[in-house]
Amino acid sequence: MLAKIHVTFKSGVLDPQGKAVHHALNDLGFNEVRGVTLGKYLEVRLDGISETEAQGRVREMCDKLLANTVIESYRYTLEPTD
Amino acid sequence: MKCGVVVFPGSNCDHDCYHILKHVLGLSTEWIWHKDNADLDRFDWVVLPGGFSFGDYLRAGAIARLSPVMKAVTRYANKGGRVLGICNGFQILLEAGLLPGALLNNRSQKFICKTVHTVVENPDTPFTRHCGKNAVLQIPIAHQQGNFYADDETLKRMADHGQVLLRYADAEGRVTEAANPNGSVQNIAAVANERKNVMGMMPHPERVADPLWPNLDGQSIFQSLIHSGAS
Repeated sequence: MLAKIHVTFKSGVLDPQGKAVHHALNDLGFNEVRGVTLGKYLEVRLDGISETEAQGRVREMCDKLLANTVIESYRYTLEPTD
Repeated sequence: MKCGVVVFPGSNCDHDCYHILKHVLGLSTEWIWHKDNADLDRFDWVVLPGGFSFGDYLRAGAIARLSPVMKAVTRYANKGGRVLGICNGFQILLEAGLLPGALLNNRSQKFICKTVHTVVENPDTPFTRHCGKNAVLQIPIAHQQGNFYADDETLKRMADHGQVLLRYADAEGRVTEAANPNGSVQNIAAVANERKNVMGMMPHPERVADPLWPNLDGQSIFQSLIHSGAS
């Protein structure tokens, strides 16, 4: 199973990288861009675990290590692998 | 008086701290390797020095706080032992949940290495006792992730409990936006836990504490710990 995890800043937390990319896109003429959030993407391969169990385990991984929940929020999906 | 300096893989201000404590201040000083989970009760305080523990992978301090020594540091802090985290040490204490808030990338996205001024906001702690209220300390910073953040509720709680110890200021001690080097909320440069036995600071006091150098402002932090007596 593959957990695809996105970690991004919570709203209200200053994201200077996102802001810089936002301005760069505007400079390139993409005037429709109203905001950019820059975050992290992780793929975690899991083995020997049911999808129900994985839901809880991945949440625990995010809370304990992969995200700093003071400043970041996370979301993830689980996909079967061969 | 006995103090310990914790060494993580990637610590690089550990020798500076050790030098100031042992050779300049004449304290009995020991190294503590990050794999060591033994009780720290023999120390009057321990220092988590600056550097790039575990390459700052994932987030600065995120991996280091899982090192066995952090279990010992947490037990020590919970018993009232004094812990000083400098720069990367501050980041590790935040990740370990021993201090409130978090540190983001600098507003400029750049690594900043320069001498700044900070003003002492709360001199009634073991880390600032020797300073006096509104004393201005000129101490260098050197970091990429030193932009302190806490939500409004946390900031209010910190203010109510006098947990902000240093703020970035100008040479006269005025807390201004122009004197804020990295975007830290309310110019916060150093914080303590509610009990005031754990402090984290981004500026490097060990870099301005050797009499070979004219500026000795960093000694105030270490002298405060000495004047606070045994842990």
